[in-house]
Amino acid sequence: MKLFKSKRSAGLMASPYIAWAIIFIVVPLCMVFYYGLTSADGGFTFDNIATIMKPGYIKALKRSIVLAIISTLVCFLLSYPLGMILASMKLKKNAYIVTLFILPMWMNFLLRTLTWMTLLEGKGVINTILEFLHLPTLNIINTNGAIVLGMVYNFLPFMILPIYNALNRIDENVINAARDLGAGTVQTFLRITLPLSMPGILSGITMVFIPALTTFAISTMLGGSKILLIGNIIEQEFTQLYDWHLGSGLSIVLMIFIILNMIIENLSDNGGNN
Amino acid sequence: MRKVLERIYLAIILIFMYAPILTLIVLSFNSSKSRAKWGGFTLKWYINLLSDEAVASALFNTLSIAVLATIFSTIIGTFTCIAMIGLSSKLRSIIMGITNIPMINADIVTGISLMLLFRFLHISTGFTTILLAHITFNIPFVMLSVMPRVKNINFYVYEAALDLGASRPYAFFKTILPDIVPGIVSGALMAFTMSLDDFIITYFTKGSGFETLSTLIYNEVKRGIQPEIYALSALIFVVVLVLLMIVYRAPQAKTKEK
Repeated sequence: MKLFKSKRSAGLMASPYIAWAIIFIVVPLCMVFYYGLTSADGGFTFDNIATIMKPGYIKALKRSIVLAIISTLVCFLLSYPLGMILASMKLKKNAYIVTLFILPMWMNFLLRTLTWMTLLEGKGVINTILEFLHLPTLNIINTNGAIVLGMVYNFLPFMILPIYNALNRIDENVINAARDLGAGTVQTFLRITLPLSMPGILSGITMVFIPALTTFAISTMLGGSKILLIGNIIEQEFTQLYDWHLGSGLSIVLMIFIILNMIIENLSDNGGNN
Repeated sequence: MRKVLERIYLAIILIFMYAPILTLIVLSFNSSKSRAKWGGFTLKWYINLLSDEAVASALFNTLSIAVLATIFSTIIGTFTCIAMIGLSSKLRSIIMGITNIPMINADIVTGISLMLLFRFLHISTGFTTILLAHITFNIPFVMLSVMPRVKNINFYVYEAALDLGASRPYAFFKTILPDIVPGIVSGALMAFTMSLDDFIITYFTKGSGFETLSTLIYNEVKRGIQPEIYALSALIFVVVLVLLMIVYRAPQAKTKEK
């Protein structure tokens, strides 16, 4: 390219960011691995990572995984029909109705969670209304159910957006061609719409699953102090117990799940393209 | 029939999304401290809020960090994207690989890793460390939206400008920059909103005594919700709504002009 006089000048221009990325991305990540793989006296150990198998820890990890999977599934089941309906409306780009569905994304994350604290409390808004109607009250604050509700409410726009975009991009002629060739509604959906929207589904799943798996604010606010997720445990190791080694070790475990999720996403994405 | 069912479905999801926010707004005008009963209309929570110094300073911190982080990350991200054109493809893919790390990684791990770095270097945590952290996680968003524009640059126009006697900087500002400006603007907007909304990374890099809106709300909530927080939520919601309307209207107006 002629834009730069030489490769050297391009390199010079990129160097501030390269330095920045090494100092603030690569080195910190290496430190997590360093602390996670050493003990307090500096010796190499797998103990920090192995701690995840201890009863309290493995319980929190299992609970995190289960709740994250349920939340992701609920988000998907709510978003897919929504995406199909919105896509079938053939809206203009930036239509208000689409904006409306992703708008809560810009509202502060903690305030969104706070709303559900207010609604679900023992003497909260929902129970007041139920009592007024002489209906049995709901006691789901400080339960797994409340945490799932909080996750779904917070992360739903992250699922809607990619699914809607993927469905909206599907060329209608492809669907019409399938119909012309004799495919029924179900077959068209399974063999055309679903595979073509796969990239959107996968990015939606990642964008919901990872934050749901690693959250600690939602569980603190809606789960009370009794229900601990793996995010809460890591947070406590750093901010209350000051055990950087154990906290880092558990973070490595989290990263293993993130990498696994990435591999699965890449594999199924390639499968879909072929 | 199908159309009706579809509309009902859309309505249900919208109610699920907005009813909680509307409840908060209603509660922000409730003179009773209890959330269970309506004590009459009042503005006292708003007045309390405006005279609350902790909220004012948290708001100032949040905004100044978001503005500064947006400016720095947009400049660094844009420069890097342009420089990428002249780099070998191997170096380019290494840079993009590293840039993807904060996007893929969980915020809690990014936050912890930066906290470890700052503690290790004995940098006292506060405004500077949050700003550094925010610039770090914002640069990928800027690069992600500028990069596609850079890839689509038509270099023939640039070369034609040079052939016609333009100096390199002049040709750059006249032919290349206008092409990538939309990417820069949307990247900057994304960086700004990410910075405003961030809680987790700020939480780990803030140190004690320094609060942004997010961390302030988190602390308040742990102590028990005060009605002032509802007033704050209502204000934030209205501001976000107005800002988004402006942002979404702007590009449409521009295309209409053409």
